[in-house]
Amino acid sequence: MDTLLIQMLNGVQLGLLMFLLAAGLTLTFGIMDLVNLAHGSLYMMGAYLAWTFIGWTDSFVLGVLLALPATFVLGIVVEAVVVRRLYARDHLDQVLATFGLILFFNELVRAVWGPAGKSIAVPPFLSHTVEILPGVPYSAYRFALIVVGTLVAILLAWLVARTRMGMLIRAGASNRRMIAALGVNIELLFSLVFGLGAVFAGLAGMMAAPIGSVKIGMGDDILILAFVIIVIGGIGSIKGAFIAAMLVGQIDIFGRSYLPDLLKTFLSPATASSAAPAISQMLVYLVMAGVLVWRPTGLFGQRT
Amino acid sequence: MVEPLLSTQGLQKRFGGLLATDNVSIEVRPGEIHALIGPNGAGKTTLVGQLTGTLAPDSGTIHFAGRDVTRLPTHARVRLGLARSFQITSVLREFTALDNVALAVQAHQGHSFRFLADARTDERLRAPARQGLETVGLGARADALASALSHGEQRQLEIAMALAGDPRLLLLDEPMAGMGAEESQRMVALLRGLKGRRAMLLIEHDMDAVFALADRITVLVYGRAIASGTPDEIRAHPEVRRAYLGDEAA
Amino acid sequence: MMASLRTPRGLLTVLLLVLFAVLPLLTQAFDQRYLLSIGTRVVIWSIAAVSLNMILGYGGLVSFGHAAFFGIGGYAVGILSASGVASGWVQWPVAIAAAAVWAALIGALSLRTRGVYFLMITLAFAQLVYYVAAGLEVYGGDDGLNIGRSRFPGLINLADKASFYWLCLALLVATLWFCDRFACSRFGFVLRGARSNEQRMTALGFPVFQYRLVAMIISGAFGGLSGALLANEGAYVSPAMMSWVKSGDLIVMVVLGGMGTLLGPLYGAIAFFVLEESLKPLMDLAHKGWGEYWQIVFGPMLVLVALYAKGGIDSLLGRRHG
Repeated sequence: MDTLLIQMLNGVQLGLLMFLLAAGLTLTFGIMDLVNLAHGSLYMMGAYLAWTFIGWTDSFVLGVLLALPATFVLGIVVEAVVVRRLYARDHLDQVLATFGLILFFNELVRAVWGPAGKSIAVPPFLSHTVEILPGVPYSAYRFALIVVGTLVAILLAWLVARTRMGMLIRAGASNRRMIAALGVNIELLFSLVFGLGAVFAGLAGMMAAPIGSVKIGMGDDILILAFVIIVIGGIGSIKGAFIAAMLVGQIDIFGRSYLPDLLKTFLSPATASSAAPAISQMLVYLVMAGVLVWRPTGLFGQRT
Repeated sequence: MVEPLLSTQGLQKRFGGLLATDNVSIEVRPGEIHALIGPNGAGKTTLVGQLTGTLAPDSGTIHFAGRDVTRLPTHARVRLGLARSFQITSVLREFTALDNVALAVQAHQGHSFRFLADARTDERLRAPARQGLETVGLGARADALASALSHGEQRQLEIAMALAGDPRLLLLDEPMAGMGAEESQRMVALLRGLKGRRAMLLIEHDMDAVFALADRITVLVYGRAIASGTPDEIRAHPEVRRAYLGDEAA
Repeated sequence: MMASLRTPRGLLTVLLLVLFAVLPLLTQAFDQRYLLSIGTRVVIWSIAAVSLNMILGYGGLVSFGHAAFFGIGGYAVGILSASGVASGWVQWPVAIAAAAVWAALIGALSLRTRGVYFLMITLAFAQLVYYVAAGLEVYGGDDGLNIGRSRFPGLINLADKASFYWLCLALLVATLWFCDRFACSRFGFVLRGARSNEQRMTALGFPVFQYRLVAMIISGAFGGLSGALLANEGAYVSPAMMSWVKSGDLIVMVVLGGMGTLLGPLYGAIAFFVLEESLKPLMDLAHKGWGEYWQIVFGPMLVLVALYAKGGIDSLLGRRHG
């Protein structure tokens, strides 16, 4: 039971990280109708910036606090220089341009930080374990991730549900022409949303860094998972992204940790342990396929 | 009594709280021009959607050419002989006028899973397509890109495309929309020339055109068919005068 | 194809044909084996780009999973070879068929959706194939698999670089021939019509979904062929063949060259490799060691192409006839 609980928490933690990445992405898809492949680059840049700032300040918290506004500024700059010119273009132009951005950022990181991966240490004050239940220890850092992730998710939900900007975002996600008709400063709104998406992506990258590593292309694989989440949840839906991220988090962790044992019940141990990673990776995509058959626009997507 | 070509029985469609189609039963007989009129928001577009198969009715049935087509997809209805033009002009803008009609002809010559023969030199497509353009008076514009045609010409092109498959019923969704007086007159003349040979369901705001062309008229108001009859009967119908023509006269 | 020497397009086409045809002789004369290997890869990638163009250019469907066909075609050859089936007469048809079946599967799912969904789903399913290949420990997992080249006894020896190059070139010409016919066929007209105005095509009575599905299957089959060739080129298959970056590269080639044109993908593939091979030395020239980071320049170039070069290289050659 204890390991089950821990795996569930790991799934929640992974789901929250992916939600942070998917939230910004689904908003840019929904409101700006923008295919942004380079969203994963912002995730990566967040992690690298945090690594640098942590090195300067010698403090995890200070480093992250500096890296967050830096990622925001980076997002605003990318929006102003490239992305802004893409809103009115078709998806293919957007794909091509943001693909170019990925190549640029991956190579930039290699030139500036070098080809070898970096690691960010778990901050000392979180490098112990907490007892989530009597006798069940859990990594304090992962627990902190869940707390921070939850708080940010709540903040985002509040932002979208309660503020004027959120109202515009929701209106925009369901009807882009409507916000234009409301006489809102669209350019500013789009800049802010993009910058906000960048911060969330960067935050996810920074928080994931101590668990994994900081490396080139780290954002690209997880970006594809974020796509899957958006497809499952429905483009433009924050709620859909959240539910889908939680679902994918659980499927991923459970596939990894329980599938090998499950397969061993009817396959040879060698076959089972070699097939399990592939099958657990497949699970997420199979769920996506299932959702598509059932609802081609995702669980909470706009019906056409 | 002739068997109707197209008929609906108790058609209903609801969008949230709005009853867009309220128990509508209409009939189009072979060869007649049946006009569907009604003020904006009367539910004409919704009804057209259900007839062509882009919207599914909540209840009721649609029969076409003796078959229940209520659940049939659009392309299958087209195969049975139900062709349409669009309220907002819809042509293949990057293709020539002739290519547009040739594609419409092609749609009616069985499947198009032919990969090697050049369709641009296929006289089985080109000859009827050229003839179709002549019929609607676009013979001279065959090689112009559809995007280069004037609005009125694009409308004519749409009619040519709709006629290409020798349909039994033409569903014309506001063919005169956005046209100048002269273009409208040309369109009326074109449609009158087809009268008797094709059944048409004409959705139109231009009352002069409707009363000049229609054999029978159905009036739709708030999703309900409030009256149906000959142009004279409709002119005289008190409820129609109040709900519709009254507005126009005032 | 009527190549007139008077137009830039005709002149370039003829020049390219001649250059392609005699490339092995040139590389041998100047003892530049390395160039022949690049030439072979250009030809193979061209086949893949032409096949992507069938759905992307003519069909208007932004598929971001085309590298999966590379991989499936390649692994079909690799797995058969590892299992002792060395005959190319078996391997290649299996590679093509496997890619076509995969295209049918993902097409049936992804074509239910539109626009961005389509793009993300094709990408995600290609990634699925990638992970499966990486998980196939028996066949090398992440590291890939060295394979023996396909055998066509008595006909051709693929280990001979020049022979293999000419075979690839012949297949490229055949692919281009098919694509040329395909684009103007009844089927091609339906496919291009659906790109232009899907609603109209449906109203005309075309079951657009079925036509797109068949187009994906054809495109996938040619993609599978290119994968089989790529596996033979290096006598090696690995998951890296179908990383999503490769799918992106293929899109770049098609758009760079000119979408929906016959030779555009070919121009694009050539330009892609020429850029890669020339940016490196150029940047090294500017500053020793910079060449390694050529994508810092290449990435922004793509942005500029996307923003300002609609129509690609093909459109620089003047209007097409017909």
